[in-house]
Amino acid sequence: MTTKRIIPCLDVKNGRVVKGVNFEGLNDVSSPVELAKYYSDNGADELVFYDITASFEQRKLFSDILCEVASTIFIPLTVGGGINTVDDFDRVLKCGADKVSVNSGAIRNPNLVYEAAKLYGDQCVVLSVDVKRVDGVFRVFAKGGRENTGMEAIEWIKKCVGNGAGEIVVNSIDTDGVKKGFDLEMLDAVCNAVSVPVIASGGAGNKQHFTELFKTLPKVDAGLAASIFHFGEVDIIDLKKELNQNGICMRL
Amino acid sequence: MIAIIDYGVGNLFSLKSSLKAVGADAVVTNDPKIIRSAEKIILPGVGAFKDASDKLFNSGLAEIVTEEAKNGKPLLGICLGMQMLFEKSFEYGETKGLSLLKGEIRPISDVISHDLKIPHIGWNALKFNGERSPLFKYINEGDFVYFVHSFFAAGCEDSLIATAEYSCDITAAVGKNNIFGCQFHPEKSGSVGLNILRAFCEKGGI
Repeated sequence: MTTKRIIPCLDVKNGRVVKGVNFEGLNDVSSPVELAKYYSDNGADELVFYDITASFEQRKLFSDILCEVASTIFIPLTVGGGINTVDDFDRVLKCGADKVSVNSGAIRNPNLVYEAAKLYGDQCVVLSVDVKRVDGVFRVFAKGGRENTGMEAIEWIKKCVGNGAGEIVVNSIDTDGVKKGFDLEMLDAVCNAVSVPVIASGGAGNKQHFTELFKTLPKVDAGLAASIFHFGEVDIIDLKKELNQNGICMRL
Repeated sequence: MIAIIDYGVGNLFSLKSSLKAVGADAVVTNDPKIIRSAEKIILPGVGAFKDASDKLFNSGLAEIVTEEAKNGKPLLGICLGMQMLFEKSFEYGETKGLSLLKGEIRPISDVISHDLKIPHIGWNALKFNGERSPLFKYINEGDFVYFVHSFFAAGCEDSLIATAEYSCDITAAVGKNNIFGCQFHPEKSGSVGLNILRAFCEKGGI
């Protein structure tokens, strides 16, 4: 069977990984290339690079770094941030990305998922969606979680899957940063609505949260996190060993 | 020198980088002269079978690759490139392949359990079939490789060298004489994948 996946996410700004990291043995803790290599050598099943820059010049720098990362490590790479057009897909794919994650770009241009999936295949298009409960309803938020779009999240996800999104990253704004575990209720609702792989994001604080995630929701394919990996709170190899001992199939 | 056939399907950046990482001298090319002078050939591919088959046959590259392979030159097909080695595919109608290996390409939905996701995407373990293939010289049974596919090679028992379990055994790799193929992506399979490429590329090996 395919394994569950553990995915660290790196935010890149001006050519550097922001938020910093806390690893011994790394000369440059904010070098995207060094960090990508570290994670690739230390159990990550896939990497997500998120471009949080805005200007054209910075975007060019991001592309150069992506090329360098993609020629250094040989595991699947997903790139997100600033993906608004099919040309943006083309730009990052040419630098060695395997999948491209769209969020606000898909909200602004509902044809983007369809157009990109037709050109590059469903497997290449990842829909990332920021979801928050508003009066008991799951709503899609835009602009990094600051703006309520008013759209109902499950309907939005289903629509994008119908248009060709091959994978869904569900970021729960409600649990993000709280470190009390993934948003199992929200993830369950998404898993029951679509048949493409679902990646859980937001809320992991320790190893047990991942065990709880995969045990409670066997349909979830992957767990994504950032700071707990970057600050060494959770070591990916240890985490995967523990999951494996709990009967969850991992790549060791 | 190893010729990576460029026939306009998919992005060859990672493949080229991974070959460089194992020390192979690889060139991405559609030049018949370079392909003929290469020691080995890699046929990549991502996308739909019909589109890839049209491009390979219409460009004349199919003829060259077939001829070189029949003359004994080592050939490795990757993902859709592996599927192209077979007789035909049933992806959106029936389309012919290179017929270098016996078998045909069918949807995995024909054979897998209905509650499983399609495409078969992610890391899965290799189960060797028969004697260990020279392609697996540097890896072990049970090692994980990265798959992304919705179609698979069926009826290829005479070339099957490895399978992966996805409710049933799915063709993961094939090899017969000088012709090899991986359904998974060695260029995305970490050190295991690099070791498969190394075994194919090294001089005096395959």
